[in-house]
Amino acid sequence: MIHQYKLNEFNIVLDTYSGAAHCVDDLSYDIIEKYEQENKEEIKTEMLEKYPELNEKDIEETMQEIENLIKEGKLFSKDQYEIDKLDLKKRDTVVKALCLHIAHTCNLNCEYCFAGQGKYHGEDALMSFEVGKQALDFLIENSGTRRNLEVDFFGGEPLVNFDVVKQLVEYARSIENEHNKHFRFTLTTNGVLLNDDVIEFLNKEMDNVVLSLDGRKEVHDRLRKNINGEGSYDLIVPKFKNFVEKRKGKEYYMRGTFTKENLDFTKDIFHMADLGFTELSMEPVVASPDKSYAIKEEDLDKIYEQYEILAKEMIKRKQNGNPFTFYHYMIDLSAGPCIYKRITGCGSGTEYLAVTPNGDFYPCHQFVGNKKFLMGNIKDGITNTKLRDEFKLCNAYSREECKECWAKLYCSGGCSANAYNSTGSINNVYENGCKMFKKRIECAIMVKVAEAMEGEVTL
Amino acid sequence: RIVTIKTRNLEESKQNGGCGECQTVANQKCEKASK
Repeated sequence: MIHQYKLNEFNIVLDTYSGAAHCVDDLSYDIIEKYEQENKEEIKTEMLEKYPELNEKDIEETMQEIENLIKEGKLFSKDQYEIDKLDLKKRDTVVKALCLHIAHTCNLNCEYCFAGQGKYHGEDALMSFEVGKQALDFLIENSGTRRNLEVDFFGGEPLVNFDVVKQLVEYARSIENEHNKHFRFTLTTNGVLLNDDVIEFLNKEMDNVVLSLDGRKEVHDRLRKNINGEGSYDLIVPKFKNFVEKRKGKEYYMRGTFTKENLDFTKDIFHMADLGFTELSMEPVVASPDKSYAIKEEDLDKIYEQYEILAKEMIKRKQNGNPFTFYHYMIDLSAGPCIYKRITGCGSGTEYLAVTPNGDFYPCHQFVGNKKFLMGNIKDGITNTKLRDEFKLCNAYSREECKECWAKLYCSGGCSANAYNSTGSINNVYENGCKMFKKRIECAIMVKVAEAMEGEVTL
Repeated sequence: RIVTIKTRNLEESKQNGGCGECQTVANQKCEKASK
C-alpha cells in the first residue's frame, strides 16, 4: 500500500508497510500513480504525451528505478505482519506507566475541561501519600523486566497537592535501584502555583513538564478562567517564562487547546513562539457536539490549511535560525518506533493505567470517572480482566475503518477514548480525529522531506 | 528523479524491536534504533 501527495512543492510517496518515504519528480509521481492499474506500454505512451520534452529512454529509466524500489521492498510492499494470525488477547503485557491523578480539584475553571473543573464528575479529592505509594509498588511489581517506568502527575491541578508529589518522588527514588528500575516523571500544570521552590523541584526531578497555555491573551482568557471568572493569562505567562528560563534546556512543552472559536490557531502557536517558548503543542478540543466551541466537520478544511501554514512557517523559522518544535511534527523517520509499537499504540488499559485519588484503576486519564471502565484498584490489582483483554485488542489492525488506511502504522488505530466519546465504542474510530491526524502526518513528513532535500539536486 | 528519505525499516524491526523500553506513536524515539 502506498500514499501519494503534493505539499509545499514536494511530491511525496509513502510506502505503508516498509515505512519508506520518497521525494520524487513529476514524472515519477505520475508513473507511480498508474503503476498498479495500467500496463507499462500504456503508461509509457501517456507519459510521452504528457511530457513531450522527454524521450522513451527517460521514461524507461524511471520505470526501472521504480522497479528497483519494488524489489528492495520500499514501494508497493505487502503486509508481512500477519497480525490476523496472532491471538492478541493471549499476549503477555506488563504495566510500564501510570498516570497518577494526584488532585481531583483545580484552581482554574476552564470551560472546555474534559475533567469537569478537574473533578472528573465526582467530588473534590486529593491523593494521599499512602495511595500513591501503593500505586508505585504496584507498578514495580507488575512491570516485569521493563527498566524504564513512567509516572505522570496529573489532575485537576497537581500542584494543589505538591507535598504529596514531592513525597512520592522521594519514595520512588529510594526504591528504584534495588528493583533495577528507572522512574521518568512528568507533570502537567496550569501554572497558577508555580513559584521558585516549585520550579527548583520540578527542574531537578521532572523529565518533562507540560504547561497549559492557549496562545494569545484574548484566546486564552476566553475559556481558561479562575473561579471568579477572570482570565488567567496575565498571571501565568510571567511564571511560565521564569520557569522555562530556569529549565535550562530540559524538556518542557506548552500545551494549548484550540476550539471552533480560534480556528486560526497558528496565530496562537506563533504567539507562543514569539514569547520565547520553543516546544509547542496545540490540540483540538475534546467536546460534545452541542458545545458552541466544539469542532465540526465543516471546520476541517480551515484546520488543514492551518496545519500547512504551520509546517511552512516552521521550515522558514528554522532556516532563519529561530526554530520551534510542534509535537505532532516531531516524527522520527530514521530512529522511530519498531513495528510492535506502531501496531499496539499507546497501551492504554494494558501498559498504561490511570490511578484516581482513592486508588481505582482506569484504562487512561480520559476514562476516569466512567464506572463502565473501572479496571480494579491498588489493593486488588486488575480485577476486570475482560476489559483489559478488550483493550489488548485495540490496535492498528482491529478496526474495520483502518484496514485500507495508509496512516495506520503512524496512529496505531487511533485513540480509544476519542473513539468511545464520539461513537460509544472503543473499537470504532473518531472520524474527524482521523482526518486531522492524517493531515498532521502529511505535514510532519513534508517538514522532514524538506530537511532531507536541502542540498539535493533533483530534476 | 527519486530521492529515498532515510527511514527505519519496519520489516527489519520485527527482529530488533519489541523491547518495550520506549515511552508511552510515530514521535517516539527508539534508543536501539538511534544507536
